[in-house]
Amino acid sequence: MKRSTLNRIGLFFVALVIVSPVILFFLWMISLSLKYEIDNGAYPPILIPDRFAWTNYVNVFQENNFFLYFWNSILVTGAATLLALLIGVPAGYGIARLKAEKSAVVIMIARMTPGLSFLIPLFLLFQWLNLLGTLWPQIIIHLVVTVPIVVWIMIGYFETTPMELEEAASIDGATPWQVFRLVALPIARPGIVVAFILSVIFSWNNFVFGIVLASRETRTLPVAVYNMLSFEQVSWGPLAAAALIVTLPVLVLTMFAQRQIIAGLTAGAVK
Amino acid sequence: MASVSIEDTAAKATKGRSKPQRLATNYWPFVIPALIVIAAVIVFPWVFTLWMSVNKWTLGQSQSFVGWDNYVRLATDARFWESLWHTVLYTVLSVVGPLIFGTLAALIFDANFPLRGFLRGIFVMPMMATPVAVALVWTMMFHPQLGVLNYLLSFVGIGPQEWIYNQTSVIPSLVLVEVWQWTPLVMLIVLGGLASVPREPYESAEIDGANAWQKFRYLTLPMISPFLMIAVIIRGIDAIKSFDIIYAMTQGGPGTASETINIYLYNTAFSYYDIGYGSAMAVVFFIIIVALSFILLMMRQRTKWTDAEGH
Repeated sequence: MKRSTLNRIGLFFVALVIVSPVILFFLWMISLSLKYEIDNGAYPPILIPDRFAWTNYVNVFQENNFFLYFWNSILVTGAATLLALLIGVPAGYGIARLKAEKSAVVIMIARMTPGLSFLIPLFLLFQWLNLLGTLWPQIIIHLVVTVPIVVWIMIGYFETTPMELEEAASIDGATPWQVFRLVALPIARPGIVVAFILSVIFSWNNFVFGIVLASRETRTLPVAVYNMLSFEQVSWGPLAAAALIVTLPVLVLTMFAQRQIIAGLTAGAVK
Repeated sequence: MASVSIEDTAAKATKGRSKPQRLATNYWPFVIPALIVIAAVIVFPWVFTLWMSVNKWTLGQSQSFVGWDNYVRLATDARFWESLWHTVLYTVLSVVGPLIFGTLAALIFDANFPLRGFLRGIFVMPMMATPVAVALVWTMMFHPQLGVLNYLLSFVGIGPQEWIYNQTSVIPSLVLVEVWQWTPLVMLIVLGGLASVPREPYESAEIDGANAWQKFRYLTLPMISPFLMIAVIIRGIDAIKSFDIIYAMTQGGPGTASETINIYLYNTAFSYYDIGYGSAMAVVFFIIIVALSFILLMMRQRTKWTDAEGH
């Protein structure tokens, strides 16, 4: 018994070593964001400064308009995710029930296609439609990311939910829409949660669409943070603070929804 | 729900029994909205890219049909071939690295130890973190004079490196970030594989006196190989398309030392506004990715473990 306890403690320390690059990275990120320029430029580097530069965070919001970009990110991610759920959940249901899994190949190929090859034609389209300068181009193009995720996860989910209840309901005279809304949808709620979370994360993190389609007023957070690089004379404190602000919502979501994220990411994989 | 009388239900049930196909609901209305959206934002761009690729088309100027010219130009473009080589190098390293570390991590996390769930939770964070934010912090850590990495290296007696600021070390340095970010995904996939590995073979191997390495090499590895294959496919497709990290950290530099096809494609289309040529590049790039996926999927078919097939 004693030996197995020792073993477990040994394993714990090995695991700690494996996780340490992650811990050190995030610690350093926090440290950079809380130091004044003098401390960030010090050699040897300082992990915990004598005085914390909370002004870095204030600076990001006040001088770099981050309230606006935060709001843009919420609008783009929110709209792209809701639209994707609205059309993707029924589609996943339909494909699963039609046993048309082969049509999921389109979604696989969409996943393989480099984002840039969607960007050129859609950029021209948005230009013709005179939509550039609004958030619509970004919301629409984020559907390229969010719709395949939602459909993919929902196909997998609806394939595993039992048909018997649905059959019973339709024998009772329920229309296909009623069967879907009142029987299939409530059972699939955990799947929808997974699809929602992954869709939010991938849309929030997206960078490539924004750098082309966003103007000064319509930047999302990843683009805004990247722009600080060229805009400012690269002061590390505010830059690290901005980076942390961008990624914090996603990290918090990851912490609380770890189980769903893992389920969602490996669901498609293990097939 | 609509209330239906018992006789009605009974009648339908009997009818249903006599004709089992009666329940064939029309599911197409559920799929059509998604089909429309997919046609608009995914299929239309594919087709339009093909059309642009056979045109001489610079943004803001009139376009003209030129047939294969863009493709011919691509075949003789030294910068394209260089970027192809960078892409291959970057992709191979970004697959192999996470594969090795991810498998190792999975073997550890498959065991039982205190705070396992918590540590795994932390370990998974990089792959969900915003790539641009991650890239910026790594850029600061790579700084030759003030970066924390050179400071850490000085403890183990290694001299300062130039990391992303040097033509020879830039790709390995970018891959380091990629490995840091995507090792967790491989770990999760392999962990799923390890969970499905049966116990019995290990017990008999122990009786036969096999050591830990032999057990891994001859039992674990063959049994998790289908999962490793899946990890290779997913990682390969993502790594070959990698954009955010490279663009945010080096924009393909110094010079063109880290310019992959995706970055060259971006520069062609959105820095030089040569969208005709960029589209041809996108088409070729797409073909390369599909070919690669196809080869990997074929390999997977061959390594498929009989038990996994039943799934």
